[in-house]
Amino acid sequence: MSKSLRELKPGEKAVVVKVCGEGAVKRRLVDMGITKGVEVFVRKVAPLGDPIEINLRGYELTFRKSEAANILVECEAE
Amino acid sequence: MSLKFALVGNPNSGKTTLFNEITGSTQYVGNWPGVTIEKKEGRVKRLQEDVRIVDLPGIYSLSPYSMEEIVARDFILDEKPDVIINIVDATNIERNLYLTTQVVELGIPVVVALNMMDAVEARGDRIDVRKLSVELKLPVIPMSASKGQGVTEIVDAALEAADGTPGKSEDVVSAVYDEAIAGYIFRVADEIAGNSAGYGRQNSCWTAIKLLEADTGVLKKVNLAEDDLQKLTEYRNILEKEYDNDMETIIADNRYRYVTGITGITVRKKAPGHHLTVSDKIDRVVTNRLLAIPLFFGVMLLIFRITFGTVGSLITGKVGNLIKGTFTGWVAGLLKEAGTSDWLNALILNGIIGGVGSVVVFIPQLMILFFFLSLLEDTGYMARGAFVMDRFLRKLGLSGKSFIPMLMGFGCSVPAVMSTRTLENEKDRRLTIILTPFMSCSARLPVYLMFAGAFFSRNQDLVVFSIYILGIVVAVLSGILLKNTVFKGQTAPFVMELPPYRLPTLKSLMIHMWERLKDFLKRAGTVIFAAAAIIWMLQSFNFSFHMVEDPGQSILGAVGGLIAPIFKPAGFGDWKSAVALITGFVAKESVVSTMGILHGVAGSGDNAALGVALRSVFTPLSAYAFMAFTLLYLPCMAAFATIRKELGSWKWTFFTVGYQTGTAWIAAFIIYQAGRLAGLG
Repeated sequence: MSKSLRELKPGEKAVVVKVCGEGAVKRRLVDMGITKGVEVFVRKVAPLGDPIEINLRGYELTFRKSEAANILVECEAE
Repeated sequence: MSLKFALVGNPNSGKTTLFNEITGSTQYVGNWPGVTIEKKEGRVKRLQEDVRIVDLPGIYSLSPYSMEEIVARDFILDEKPDVIINIVDATNIERNLYLTTQVVELGIPVVVALNMMDAVEARGDRIDVRKLSVELKLPVIPMSASKGQGVTEIVDAALEAADGTPGKSEDVVSAVYDEAIAGYIFRVADEIAGNSAGYGRQNSCWTAIKLLEADTGVLKKVNLAEDDLQKLTEYRNILEKEYDNDMETIIADNRYRYVTGITGITVRKKAPGHHLTVSDKIDRVVTNRLLAIPLFFGVMLLIFRITFGTVGSLITGKVGNLIKGTFTGWVAGLLKEAGTSDWLNALILNGIIGGVGSVVVFIPQLMILFFFLSLLEDTGYMARGAFVMDRFLRKLGLSGKSFIPMLMGFGCSVPAVMSTRTLENEKDRRLTIILTPFMSCSARLPVYLMFAGAFFSRNQDLVVFSIYILGIVVAVLSGILLKNTVFKGQTAPFVMELPPYRLPTLKSLMIHMWERLKDFLKRAGTVIFAAAAIIWMLQSFNFSFHMVEDPGQSILGAVGGLIAPIFKPAGFGDWKSAVALITGFVAKESVVSTMGILHGVAGSGDNAALGVALRSVFTPLSAYAFMAFTLLYLPCMAAFATIRKELGSWKWTFFTVGYQTGTAWIAAFIIYQAGRLAGLG
């Protein structure tokens, strides 16, 4: 079942399926390690509601929900 | 034999610390041509021979999308360093090795400095360094730059690599990429890239990959023939169809898969991936939903307390006495001996030492601010600030990264503007620099206190507070306005790492602080010197170049009289106010001192007398309008010089200053006229 990373809540884990979008933003996300098959963990949401913080490949990455909407993930059964 | 090393690595990988360890005081900071990115070069200090090392900007990748990446790759391709020292943060090894895979394709010998091994051990993780070296086919030197360990070894490894031959990039390509992809890479390398005028044989594989990715930078440089371009498009389409993705992502996928394959067999983590590290635990408080924002303001308040409170003012007082008393006396003595003319004496003692002195007196406090700024940056706290405030700052057309700079602006615009260097997006940086001075700096406070005391004695606090709020409101409105006009365009994406909290060494903090100070003195020094001298001369001479006692008869007085009418609609159209505002360019506190001089109540430090004088010229309404103007108009010459340096162009500097002063006038005008209409006098 595929959904976007934006829909995930803090504490949820998922595996990246695909990064949509194009150009510099997409390249940036991919460069930071958001590629097919990588496991991501949603750490938290910023106090004002945006951006979100995820843990992947052993480090913490933040980006906006609008960018998260472009990342398709598959949820793991916990 | 002169060697050149290039230092490449991710941001926050400890690159600067390593660079400092290797070069020590031999380093010097400049600018990469054409861009406002710092260029750091130095000599390997412990060696006799001339071995230079260049610190390239911290980058995550070699894409054509950001200035830092372009600067880094252009340097490697054009300047052809002998060895690349690739610093890899061992606590973040996958993402760091991703860059390594790209660097290796450039055909230059690479040695890997595996940094932060102490942190790895502290976490209980294990890395098989020897195996890693075998898998990567590169020398890998474990080290801990902050502890000074491994630095000698990495330099030795680099020297060795300079003598040897780099691995064949064809082997690298075969190892990293799928067979199908590698096949096309070789095809492009043979048929197209190898012939191209732009690059040599040694990096034809890298060029081939970039061409397949349709990299704009490389395409421009290589300048292919039409049928070559067609072949490229054909190959690209085949691969994109087969892998159901765009070429850049396909390549990146392959690289990360290769990296993960290696780390899988060489890195053993003690705890599962998202296990809470110490940093994460700290962040539970720092980016906590309820505590985060109060905490940031609290920290800033503490910093300002220390800087401007008892400690700061004590130091300032001592330095002030040193300059006004001892130093001035000493110079006066020298001048007397030299027998220089009176006006030259006055220029040097009053104009230059006086004017420049007012800035020098502030330097200890400036250094304290630089120190705290470095502390905020190097610990990783700034990144948290950006994360927490991003949503709010987006309303101003900025991103969270502008938060700390603007918050700093409440103390002083100089370090605030300097700290905008962390903003990679040019437009964002410019807009932040324009808006930051609206955050009322500490130097403007004496003006508010003077006027609030004289006209709103019962509501002083409230009035001063309202001025600060006015500054923020104007910043927000300006942001919206400018973002829709001059700085129109896509908002830069906000994809930012939260590096683990690190305790910077005192040494690196001092180096950081000292660099900023040097920067400031070099740049602001000349501007401040010139401005102080010029303004002093304008207020001491009349048009026949005779010295005058009464500034009212000087050139500046005449200029003041000339422009005073402009301020009439804003409520303060008298020449003394105009002159005071002009001297505010030297230092904002000068507005008060000049007013004192011009109204004949100077020197006593007696605010009551000045208050009386002001009440005969201003009304409460016009006083408030004057305060608003002081809040918003152009900053002092020190800030002006810093802004010029950071913006890198006179055009933008004058735009900034013009916009601020224009806004100041409009605000004062609206306040005064609206107040009149409302019958507030």
